[in-house]
Amino acid sequence: MELLTPGTGLIIWQLIVFIALFFLLSKLAWKPIINSLKERETSIQEALDTAEKARAEMAKLTSDNERLLKEARVERDKILKEAREASNRMKDEAQSDAKKTADKIVEDARAAINIEKQAALREVKEQVALFSIEIAERLMKKNLAADKAQKDLVEGYIKDLKLN
Amino acid sequence: MSDISNLFKKFSLVLTALLYIAFSTPSFASEAEGESTEFNASEVILHHVMDDHVWHLWDGHYGTIHLPIIVYSSERGLDLFSSSNFYDEHHNVVEYNGYNLEHNHIYLSGSGEQVFDLSITKNVAMLLINATVLLLVFLSVAKGFKNNAGKAPKGVQSFFEPIIVFVRDEIVKPNIGHHYEKYLPYLLTLFFFILFGNLLGLLPGAANLTGNIAVTLTLAVLTFIITNVSGNKGYWSHIFWTPGVPLPLRIVILPVEIIGIFTKPFSLTVRLFVAITAGHIVLLSLISLAFIFQSVTVGFVSSLIVLFINLIELLVAGIQAYVFTLFSSLYIGMATEDHGHHDGH
Repeated sequence: MELLTPGTGLIIWQLIVFIALFFLLSKLAWKPIINSLKERETSIQEALDTAEKARAEMAKLTSDNERLLKEARVERDKILKEAREASNRMKDEAQSDAKKTADKIVEDARAAINIEKQAALREVKEQVALFSIEIAERLMKKNLAADKAQKDLVEGYIKDLKLN
Repeated sequence: MSDISNLFKKFSLVLTALLYIAFSTPSFASEAEGESTEFNASEVILHHVMDDHVWHLWDGHYGTIHLPIIVYSSERGLDLFSSSNFYDEHHNVVEYNGYNLEHNHIYLSGSGEQVFDLSITKNVAMLLINATVLLLVFLSVAKGFKNNAGKAPKGVQSFFEPIIVFVRDEIVKPNIGHHYEKYLPYLLTLFFFILFGNLLGLLPGAANLTGNIAVTLTLAVLTFIITNVSGNKGYWSHIFWTPGVPLPLRIVILPVEIIGIFTKPFSLTVRLFVAITAGHIVLLSLISLAFIFQSVTVGFVSSLIVLFINLIELLVAGIQAYVFTLFSSLYIGMATEDHGHHDGH
């Protein structure tokens, strides 16, 4: 049947035209089209990747900031604690120093008083001895006749002594 | 959804009624017209579907384009003249310069020998138109890519870009695999050649280019050549010495595989040819109904159906371009597949 028999002329024309079309389109159309499509796809992919990376970096930055803040807070607390401890220690030291000084002053004072006391006692003893010698001298001088008179005299002198 | 189905119900009701009226009154119509001119539908249809040396658009003086005839014979050598020389003023076929035109074949008047016909027939003209349209469209698309580099696609470019990407990502890449880029230009050309040919063929007065067996055969043979030239060791060993099959079976399989090499282009040839030619025949038959029954009513109804079939034909135009490209990619993919991992089966 005519419809089913391929015409030789048409086959040749089809072959020539199709192959020419293939080469023309390949060189002038498909190559630039496919290349630009690929270029665009890679550029889109790159843009997406960059965005993803930027987002990850942002997240990292935020977490870094938080970490830094936390660290700073811990540091601050530590410094404050140390400062408090230092001030307490200084206070304690000052207190103990003051006490020590005061004790020393008291001790010194006590020692001075003792020395003074010893000195005074020695003087008193010397004085008593002098008085005794004087009384004994006067007694001897008066030639004491009676015990009564002697007794009165001693009492009179003791009275004097008391007044002194 | 219910609105649409309602509309369809109404539409089909009207259509049935019209069909009933149409087919119940043919006797009346033909009686009114008389039997002066016999309308031969099959002749008209085949004439439209087949190749010709003239391009007949409508009856009348200017309705026919006389295409150039190029013939070669060992006796007369190469000859070029207009096909109008074969027709007298009454459109009767006459002898010209020792050449005879009989049923679209050109013979030498003297010896009766058939000459080698390289004429620009209706289909060759259509082929050239198709190629021109393809070049114009895709050069403009390529220009769009160049002008809008790094920007969003525009105009014609944005219309064809998704189709090109579809062919690349849905047809070629999955069937051929990682080395698909080598075959992409051929398959893109093939796809758009068939698609444009199918669509242009649907235009009124256009030639049935992609429904011509010579055209589909040539395309199928090109795919056949590419497939077998790029066939690797695995492909040929599969054909001649199928691995993993018992020895006696290998001998049985061998002729089957060899036939298989040739059935592939054959199926490609016939599928496209039949799909497109059948569509044209259906459309023309439906239109012919009006002339057979000589009735305006039939004409109206068949026009409605023709409209519907035309929409289907638009679908078929895309599907056939897709299928031809798909099977071509599949065959090329099978021939170039890596068989390294093949020991399993």
